[in-house]
Amino acid sequence: MIRAQEETDSGIIPRLEIGNWLETGFNWINDTFGAFFDFVESLLLTLTDDWLGVFLNWPDALLMAVIFALIGWLVRDWKLGVLSLALMAFVITVDMWENAMDTLAMVLVAAFFALVIAIPVGILAAKSQRASQVVRPIMDLMQTMPAFVWLPLVLTLFGLNVTAGVVATFIFCLPPGARFTELGIRQVDSEVVEAGYAFGSTPRQILFRIQLPLAARTIMAGVGQVIMLALSMAVIAGFVGAGGLGGEVTRAITTVDIALGFESGLSVVMLAVFLDRVTAAISGGEGILPKLLRRRRKTAPKDEQTEGAKATAATTA
Amino acid sequence: MKTNESSGPPAVRVQNVYKAFGRRPQNIVQKLKDGATRDELKSQGTAAVIDASFEVPAGEIFVVMGLSGSGKSTLIRTLNGIQPPTAGSVELSGEDITAVSPARLRAIRREHTSMVFQHFALLPHRTVGQNAAYALEVRGVSRSERERRAEEALSMVGLSGYGGFRPDELSGGMRQRVGLARALAAETDLMLMDEAFSALDPLIRKEMQDQLLELQQELGKTIVFITHDLNEAMRLGNRIAMMRDGRIVQIGTTEEILNDPANDYVAQFVQDVDRTRVLTAGDVMEPPVALLGAEQGPRAAHRLMRQHQTTALCVVDKGRKLQGVVYESDAAEGVSSGKDTLDGLIRPMPATASTTVLAELINAASEHPAGLAVIDQAGRLDGVIPRITLLNALADPTATGSVHEISQEVGA
Repeated sequence: MIRAQEETDSGIIPRLEIGNWLETGFNWINDTFGAFFDFVESLLLTLTDDWLGVFLNWPDALLMAVIFALIGWLVRDWKLGVLSLALMAFVITVDMWENAMDTLAMVLVAAFFALVIAIPVGILAAKSQRASQVVRPIMDLMQTMPAFVWLPLVLTLFGLNVTAGVVATFIFCLPPGARFTELGIRQVDSEVVEAGYAFGSTPRQILFRIQLPLAARTIMAGVGQVIMLALSMAVIAGFVGAGGLGGEVTRAITTVDIALGFESGLSVVMLAVFLDRVTAAISGGEGILPKLLRRRRKTAPKDEQTEGAKATAATTA
Repeated sequence: MKTNESSGPPAVRVQNVYKAFGRRPQNIVQKLKDGATRDELKSQGTAAVIDASFEVPAGEIFVVMGLSGSGKSTLIRTLNGIQPPTAGSVELSGEDITAVSPARLRAIRREHTSMVFQHFALLPHRTVGQNAAYALEVRGVSRSERERRAEEALSMVGLSGYGGFRPDELSGGMRQRVGLARALAAETDLMLMDEAFSALDPLIRKEMQDQLLELQQELGKTIVFITHDLNEAMRLGNRIAMMRDGRIVQIGTTEEILNDPANDYVAQFVQDVDRTRVLTAGDVMEPPVALLGAEQGPRAAHRLMRQHQTTALCVVDKGRKLQGVVYESDAAEGVSSGKDTLDGLIRPMPATASTTVLAELINAASEHPAGLAVIDQAGRLDGVIPRITLLNALADPTATGSVHEISQEVGA
């Protein structure tokens, strides 16, 4: 308060107590909607720690690593499978498996909720110029406000546990999901959308049959971004007692333990590489799984008539 | 090809349609009505279509021709309400689509109009068959039924069996056939084609034009076709609307536009048209001055020629079927040798169908002094094209300064 008055005396622009106002407002929200935040807290706690955390740590670490490798193989090829296995083996060998799974659980929960919000917001922003103008500054605020400012906020709302980490992560990783969705839909060839309207499609049909499928690749790139940002934030969330790899990193910083810092940090990198490759592979659609799905749709009409069709096309062309 | 003048309303009736883009389109339209020009209003927005009015009877191919920026693409989009007009009315089969609810407008698009796009606008994530069936899918037709009808439409455009391919596996021409099939599968009576063939190379384009004409004869659809190519406009169109800077400056048949351009702008276009490839035998033929019956003799021939001051006569049988031509010299010889019939005096005459373009007639005309005959499918004589007529038809109606007439009195 004293410092604030000193600065007001010398300046032309009066000192506005924005920080204090926001704090007051924030406290009021905290008091008024306390029940809501308690509900969110217990929900996220259950999801992250009791369900996902337990599930990821339930089988033997090696078995889980093999499952990850299988996922890699299914979404792209055996090379990604081998890579995934190697990455996981590293995490196991530095004894970070349990922490890594805790972080992964946090990332998945935060990213899931972020996408549930971000994709509809992105669609809305793509459809309406006004919505886009409202959404953009909010996204800017969420993304550029230093992460360490969100942390005390969520800390007072949810206390020193994994929920605060999940919420901070959620706030930080949401924007690219909405931005990429908006961009993807706006990039769809306008003539194709026009064709949809010309044949009498409803706006809903346009969205689900034309815009979303054609924007899928960009939206998936956004999903990748969301997950990567979630991972980076989940580590920072270690400062508010979120545990996991972030907890180890925090411990390494406070005790100046270089060895622990490297081991936990590199484990984050391994996890990041795995998540990045898998989401990229899914958006590329090159894997064995999508290929199998596609082949089933395509073979029926093609095989029986191809030769004849080529002949007739040659004569008419 | 004359259209059936049925009692119902025309397939398309456009009345005083304006379309302006900008902050206050209504203002722009009001100012245009008060006499402002398009350029004066540039700062406020774009007047894409200004006071367009026309009617298209069912079964006609109506071509809107203009350069880029002339508003033709916007005009065609007002016809199915993708770009609702700022002022004026658009009636499809008597229903004013500017006054209906969005739901009704969608229903009209589903049931009555289809569209073919310049860059095909196919859905890249779907197969050719699913693309062709799109209109039916939107309409809620059952899967088996729409697959059947899509395949039918694909075979109409020569793509039978390509249903399982993806658009990116096909060439440009084939993709536009899919676009055409999608419109045909919808089985609408009105087809809007926005520069549908402009992105194709010339050979494929001509092929597609032929195919469109064939399909139209078979199916009798009403087609509004947009193009920037006057040759294409004249090949396809029953009537052509010439557009410039948002206004329709002339509406007429190929011949009307070629021979009587409404202003310098149209005339400039017409200059570049290859008339020999646009005008057909049917456009320029004349009724024969006189006909000679096959059963008549050389004497009658000679008399008819003198009477009509001509040197050759077409010979027809009782069913007006063309038999050949008799020249003056042969008739005279027949008279002097006392022949009673035309036996041995009839010479062959080149004959063609009324749809043949003039370019294909020039060779034959140069070899036959009597010119050409135009016959129908049964071989009956429809008309004749004397050489002089052919030459006249090829001439540009706008006078040039490079030819002078010279005549000198020979001194007495």
